[in-house]
Amino acid sequence: MASLWEYANPVKFMKVSGWLLPLTAVLAAVSVGVGLIWGFFFTPDDFRQGSTVKIIFLHVPSAFLAINAWVMMLVASVIWLVRRHHVSALAAKAAGPIGATMTLIALMTGAIWGQPMWGTWWVWDPRLTSFLILFLFYIGYIALWSAIEDPDTAADLTSVLCLVGSVFAVLSRYAAIFWNQGLHQGASLSVAPGERMNWAYKGPLYLCMAGFFLLFLALVLAGTRTEIRARRIKALEMRERANG
Amino acid sequence: MIALLIRDLRLAFRAGGGFGLGLGFFLILAVLVPLGVGPDQTVMGVIAPGILWVGALLACLLSLDRLFALDFEDGSLDLLATSPIPLEGVVAIKALAHWLTTGLPLALVAPVLGVLLNLPGPAYLALIVSLLLGTPALSMIGAFGAALTVGLKRGGLLLSLLVLPLYVPSLVFGAQSVTRAAQGLDISTPLLLLSGITAGSVALLPFAAAFALRINLR
Repeated sequence: MASLWEYANPVKFMKVSGWLLPLTAVLAAVSVGVGLIWGFFFTPDDFRQGSTVKIIFLHVPSAFLAINAWVMMLVASVIWLVRRHHVSALAAKAAGPIGATMTLIALMTGAIWGQPMWGTWWVWDPRLTSFLILFLFYIGYIALWSAIEDPDTAADLTSVLCLVGSVFAVLSRYAAIFWNQGLHQGASLSVAPGERMNWAYKGPLYLCMAGFFLLFLALVLAGTRTEIRARRIKALEMRERANG
Repeated sequence: MIALLIRDLRLAFRAGGGFGLGLGFFLILAVLVPLGVGPDQTVMGVIAPGILWVGALLACLLSLDRLFALDFEDGSLDLLATSPIPLEGVVAIKALAHWLTTGLPLALVAPVLGVLLNLPGPAYLALIVSLLLGTPALSMIGAFGAALTVGLKRGGLLLSLLVLPLYVPSLVFGAQSVTRAAQGLDISTPLLLLSGITAGSVALLPFAAAFALRINLR
């Protein structure tokens, strides 16, 4: 059986991602498109929140990915540190700005939702605060990548930052809970029994989440491919200079 | 290791070493905030714990970029890396020297500034204890940030961008313990959590910082 690590070979990765990228991109477009149209036009209004509840189809998927993009960066960083696969480091680099954007989308849709519901754009609620802190972590990570010239040094240092940052991000989350009681509701989707969302909302929500996940996958693949190509161009230029 | 500690302390105390700059900055901040907020004594008393803790954070940050940078530039960091002391030990000693020259004086001066800011009476002890327990983590986290950015030409701004988010948990628990003490509540929970963060940072971050330094030195 072929090992997973074979795909860490850049040539093989480029070949596989060459057909995987358009596939995920099309699937992402279809599921986000269908999910949003279903969510916005074919779900009933909430009896208390009216139609404002429908921003959930953007808010929850982006928040879901904002956290999971960091987890993916963490896993990719560990793989880079342990097995020195360049594709892994470049995938982590590509995921950084996407995760930051997702965090920003979650914060902004949350503000737009919060204004009519809570009567304020922003409160220092633990969930909101920890998302803002997560955004700061993303900014630091991206800034460190762009500040260091040597690509391997940059990959090493950002990986260490990602590891240490993960610990402190979790600590900040609990510190924020300790610090203030919240206005935000608990988890929207939970395996624990209790108050559940109606299936009329769950259906399009799951579809949107799948769509956002595929979108994330497509963007990371595209970003990683760009990075690999940039590396190759640099190598070619170096060779030209050495020959000329 | 003790020789290294004495050397670092001596360098910090000499002219241009930056000792006292952090304290001066701390004082200026405690003067500027009332000027900006207005002289209302009750408002001052409410926000004093936060101001003092944020001030300590920023004052710690001020001298971080020279923690490894000077030794990196003149090559003594290479010598330290090849010396019989493990690099992790070097990092820990340097963080300790940084704490002795910034964190410790900050904790001792903070009550004086607390008087300026109308800090309520029962909070003074909590202020000193929380700063004593919390600032070692600030120095250690800062040493990690400084190790990450030591190879960069202008790493100072990036350093603060990297380090300040890592300071969030310490800030929350530190300022909370002072606030709770001011309200007459029990402060053992935030103090224990604060010491937990400090203990964890001191135990683990030297390894991460030494790893980052080795990458920057290769």
